[in-house]
This record gives sequence, C-alpha cells and structure tokens, in this order.
Amino acid sequence: MIATGNHAVAYGVKAARAEVIAAYPITPQTQIIEKLSEFIEKGEMRAKFLRVESEHSAMAACIGASACGARAFTATSSQGLLYMSEMVFWAGLGSFPVVMAVVTRALAPPWSIWNEHTDMLTQRDAGWIAIMCESVQEAYDSSIQAFRIAEDRRVKQPVMFGLDAFSLSHTSERLELIGQEEADAFLPAPEGGWKVIDFQDPTTYGNMAGPERMMEIRHSIMERVKDSARVIEEAASEFSRISGRGQAGLVEEYRTSGAEVILVVVGASSGDAKDAADALRDEGIRVGVARLRVLRPFPAEKIRAAVQGCRAVAVVDRDYSFGSGGIIGQEVASAIGAKPFNYIAGIGGRDLSVADFSGIAKDAISRAEAGEEGREIWWGIKG
Amino acid sequence: MVVLPVSRGREGAGGLTGMWRIKRPVVDSSKCTKCHLCWLFCPEGVVRRGSKGEVWIVYEFCKGCGICAEVCAAHAIKMVREV
Amino acid sequence: MVGHQGITETFTLKSLTDEEYLLPGNAACPGCAAVMAMRIGLKALGPRTVLIVPACCMSVAQGHYPKTPSKVPVFNTAFAASAATASGIRAALEMKGITDVNVVCWAGDGGTADIGIQSLSGAAERGDDLIYICYDNEAYMNTGTQRSSSTPEGARTTTTITGKAERKKDVPGIMMAHRIPYVATACASYPLDFANKLRRAVSIKGTRYIHLLSPCPPGWRYPSEKTVEVGRLAVETGAWILYEWTGGRCRLTGPSSGLADRSRRRPLEEYLRIQGRFSEADPSKIEAMKKRIDEEWEMILELCKG
Repeated sequence: MIATGNHAVAYGVKAARAEVIAAYPITPQTQIIEKLSEFIEKGEMRAKFLRVESEHSAMAACIGASACGARAFTATSSQGLLYMSEMVFWAGLGSFPVVMAVVTRALAPPWSIWNEHTDMLTQRDAGWIAIMCESVQEAYDSSIQAFRIAEDRRVKQPVMFGLDAFSLSHTSERLELIGQEEADAFLPAPEGGWKVIDFQDPTTYGNMAGPERMMEIRHSIMERVKDSARVIEEAASEFSRISGRGQAGLVEEYRTSGAEVILVVVGASSGDAKDAADALRDEGIRVGVARLRVLRPFPAEKIRAAVQGCRAVAVVDRDYSFGSGGIIGQEVASAIGAKPFNYIAGIGGRDLSVADFSGIAKDAISRAEAGEEGREIWWGIKG
Repeated sequence: MVVLPVSRGREGAGGLTGMWRIKRPVVDSSKCTKCHLCWLFCPEGVVRRGSKGEVWIVYEFCKGCGICAEVCAAHAIKMVREV
Repeated sequence: MVGHQGITETFTLKSLTDEEYLLPGNAACPGCAAVMAMRIGLKALGPRTVLIVPACCMSVAQGHYPKTPSKVPVFNTAFAASAATASGIRAALEMKGITDVNVVCWAGDGGTADIGIQSLSGAAERGDDLIYICYDNEAYMNTGTQRSSSTPEGARTTTTITGKAERKKDVPGIMMAHRIPYVATACASYPLDFANKLRRAVSIKGTRYIHLLSPCPPGWRYPSEKTVEVGRLAVETGAWILYEWTGGRCRLTGPSSGLADRSRRRPLEEYLRIQGRFSEADPSKIEAMKKRIDEEWEMILELCKG
C-alpha cells in the first residue's frame, strides 16, 4: 500500500494491539490519532480511546493505564510535547513503558508548524528510549518494535519514536504491513508496565523517597536504559527476520567505508544525505553517512566506530541548544573525543536538500584540508 | 537490578508517631458508655473496640491530638501530660 | 458494585467495619481531618478500591518509601493530573475485564480547584467512571498554607496576610454544571454522612464528585483536639452546607436539613472566632463571606425545590 508516515504509525500501533490510547490533537500529528480513532470506532481495533483535554492529561492517562498492565500509546509534537513534559518525565522516571510517536516540529514563538528536532531532544533526559525514523516503512516497523522494547523485562522504560514534520509525517511512500499473526508472535501479550495497581497485592506507588533511597531507584533506570541497546538490536534483528526486510539498529552506516567525510544525520533527511553521498562518490569525493536511528541510549561506541578514520565529521543538527550548540553535535563530540564540524541547518523547517548535503560535505572537506578545528556553522543563513 | 518506588502497607509509615505526643489519652472504663465516638473520630485508627464494646488505645502510634477526649460524650477520656 | 461487605444498607457507627485500611502511624499532622475522613471513607469503599493521589497533604501523609499506611492500592501522580490518571486507570481496568473496583481520586483543594481543574473538568465532560473526592482544607496546606481559590474570604494564609479578598470558588457548583450524575458535599465531622454518600456514589456509574470540608489545625490555627468541633460549627452556622445532588435534584443532609431557616443557624462568629486564621479579618471581608454563604444557600434551596 501507499501511506503517509502518520498513517503508517497508526497501522503499526494497531498491529501492536495497543489497549489504551489517550491523545490530544496537534499539527502535524493529527492523522495518527484520527486513523486510530477510525480503527477503534469501526471495530477493527479493540482499545479504549480517551479524548483527553490536554497533552499533560494524555500522558497521565497513559501512565495510569500502564500501571494496570495495559499497553498504552500517545502521540504529540512541539508545544504539546513540552506541555506534556512533566508527565513525560513521570513515565521515564517511573518506569512506565508507554510508547509515544513524536512528530518533530519547531517550537514557538513565533508559531511554526514546520520540521525541527529540538522538541523531541528537550526530553532526552527523561529516561525514555528515543528512536528517529527515516521512512514511512521504518515508522511502521519501529512503532511495533517500540512496544516490544518498552515492555521487555530487561527494560520496562517508555519508548518514543520521531517522525519529521511533513517530510515524513505527511509524505506518502510505499508501505508493507506484516500480518497480525506475525505481529502477535513478535510481541508478547499486552503487559504494559509492572503491574503496580494490583488488588491481589496492594501497594502504594511513588510515595516520598528520601535521599538514602533515591539513587538506587535512578541507578536501576540507568542500567535498564543502557541495556536497552541490546534489546533494540535484538528487536530489529527479529523483526527483520519476520518481515523479510532489513532493519536498522542503533546507527545505520551508508558507504562509510573509506570515507573522507562522514555526514552524521538524524531522521527523514538522511535519505537526501545518502543521495548526496552517492552523487559525490561519483565525483570521486568519498562521502559516507552515519544515520543515528537511536538517540537514547546514545550509541557512542557505534558512532565512534562509524566515523573512525575519516578526515572530517560533519554533524547536521536540525535543532539547537542556545548558549551551547547543536545537541547532536555535542553528543557526537563527546563520543568521539573531538569537535566535529557542526552544521546547524533546517531550523524551523528550512529546506535541507540533496544539494545542501553535497554543499555541507564539500564544505567540511575543504575546512579539514585547511586545517580548521571543528566548529559550529549555521548553514544557509541569510544576510 | 530493578528498584521501583513501590511501598507496602505498614503501621508506622510516618515513623513512631507515638513519640510525637505531649499528652496521652487515658480511658476511664467505669465512665465509658461504649458509644464508640472515639473510635469513629480518631484520625489515626488507634482507638480500638472489642467484641464486648470496650475501647482501648494503641499508644505506639497515638499522636495525642486529643480528639477522642473532646468527642467522648461521657467525658471518660482525659488527656494526661507525658512530657 | 455496592458497599464493602456487599450490603446496601445504611452505614451506622456499629455497622462500619473494624478493618483498618489506613494503618496507624501515618505522617499526617495530629488532628488531621483528611486522614480522619480517609480512614472512614475506605471502610465505606472497601478493599477493591484504588486511590489516585496527586501532590497534596495526603501524598506526604503516606510517609516514606518503602512504607505506606494504606492497605488498598494507591497511585501517586502529578499535581494537575489525578483525574486524567484515574481515567487511564479505569480504561485499562475495563480492557482487562476488571469492573468491580472503585477508582477514586483523593485530592486537595489545590489539585482540584486550581492546578487540577482542567483534568477534572475533562474527566467529568467525558463522564469517566470514577469517584473524585476533594478534601478541602481551604489552602495549599502541604506547602505551608498558601491561599487557593478555595480559601474563604478574610482567611489569613501566607500569601494573604491581610486576609483573602477573593470569593471562595464554588467547585461543587462547577461540577453540577458538568451535569454529572452525582455531586455531594461532606464534612469530616460527619463521618457517617460521608460514608453513606460514598455508599450511594458507588452504586452510580459515571463521574461522581464529593467535596469534603477538612479542618486543618496548623493551617486554620486551632488546637488539634478541636477538629471535629470546628467542622460541626461550619455546618451548624450554615457556613458549610451538606447536600447531595443527583439527577438534577438536590437534598440537604445531616444538620443542614434543619438549617434552611437562617434563624436556626448558630451565629457565624462562633465558627470564625475558634480559628486563628480569621482573628484579624477585615469586617468587610467577613461581610463578603456572609453574602457568599447566603447566595449559596439560595442556590441550593432553589435546587432542592427542583
């Protein structure tokens, strides 16, 4: 079939048999929840849809559901994600394996509905596993894998996966579904979180924890988020087997072997980066692409391995941390022990084309040849 | 290792709250009419009632708030200074 | 879904179970009306009850992990989120085929009338199947007595040193405007009235709301042993009206049923002077309070005719 990224997510969540969906509409996420509403009202999907009155309530409801052992899902973007943020942290710090789709969109003011990754990255400290999708197919595949990763007993942490606003959420591409039987075999029966609301074994969840208790609770989360890297790879490998198509793990390397310059990219524009790499390779410039599929846990070792030996590392950030720099750029710098050429591009949805990636790659190479140190470059800024 | 903030029902979740009080309630069973208002109104549930209707107090956790003495219709409970 | 022992009969002092669902030694202040009410409330609701508690005094009254005083499941959630969390819990329980349990929010006035009002309104509009109990100690007591919209006129709090100027928000009235099937007021000093309101609420499906007056010794500034007396004076002076509204019809309960005639109410001053929070109240604010009380009586009596 042909489907948009948003619809692909809805199909995935349906295949995953999510049980409780609580969501509030926000452009450009609306089609995810509209399609899910349709599935439920037509009887194609057995789930409760809570038409909550805000994103904060959406996540609160998902957490409550997860605490009863139900499989919970929500979706949001930008302002909605930030409004939800207190509860995003509640889910992560509380170990509730909720799954959430984030259609990444620039934050206001001024109002913008266009693509940018800052929103999703503001939640990077919340204890969630974070995945960024490149294509419609990957959005579907990742949505199903997300539930398995989240509910795995070695993890039991929430998982968010991102779709670039419009360039993925609203872009139609070919989509292959797996059968419901395959999905059921891939996923365990809906288990949600630790069943902390249990009438056979009544407990109180989340009352005050003093300084003598808190570190161990957080340490437990740290271990499980760290260990999720292996669970992510296992899920990808298993999904690859049942779907008959390759799945990316933590980092996808494209023509990185022998590359002089490697573009480190995130999300839908990775496809354009790969096209640029192909074109430049034809010109004799050895360009490779390292796509970060997983942002949390940050795959430091994989990134280090991917960029090893190249002359120039060009990280493209469609996000920014004022007073510091590109967020991905900083995390890559920390992983590789050197400051890359950090291109700040595509902010507020500014177009990032194949030509831009070619330009960036060539720019990075020439700076490296001139002996320049890694630095931040705002790409395509006018005036 | 999984460490979750899950707690189980215990007496003394707030500590040995009996140590909080300055006065303790003393029941004069000769005056007690077994109306059980003290049992009803004790915020802590430390006033217990038995099969014959008699009442007694679990002092380990009694905070000495004095409500039982106030509501006792027969004035059978006195608050006595401890500290 | 009926009361604890599967009985539909009225709860009496003798018939309330001796089983304690809120164990002694919790961290509440001595003389706290909220734990007083919760202890009785849980006897009425029974063990197949999950409590959802947002940030409020009750969060802290649970003491420290790994201990809790509660024998029923309790889920602590964020300040604004109790009703939404409860909605999610109910949806999940229904998906799992568990239908014979009470899903009950237990929230303070802050988490109900102020920061929590959005999620409460949302749940009520959706008609989510839960009981929402607001224990109203008339200020943000957990953080040290700052005013809330539920603080009455003239009351001293740390953010209204010269007494609150604004009108006490009528949250039960707001809930009636949502046209939910059950809205009631209660008072910790009338535990059987509260228990029987819970008994009736439990037999109704949909969003049910109970607003319980919860006198607070440190916040209202009176000695701890006077909690029951303070609550009684609130009702006997008419300052707090005990009623039950269901199917669009209201009825007065407890002593309030005899106080429609204003001359039968004790003077309001008897209620105010026992509390230090009103000791320096501006007379104009007390007049404003009296006016508001009169208006509430008028509205409730009108609804009683309906």
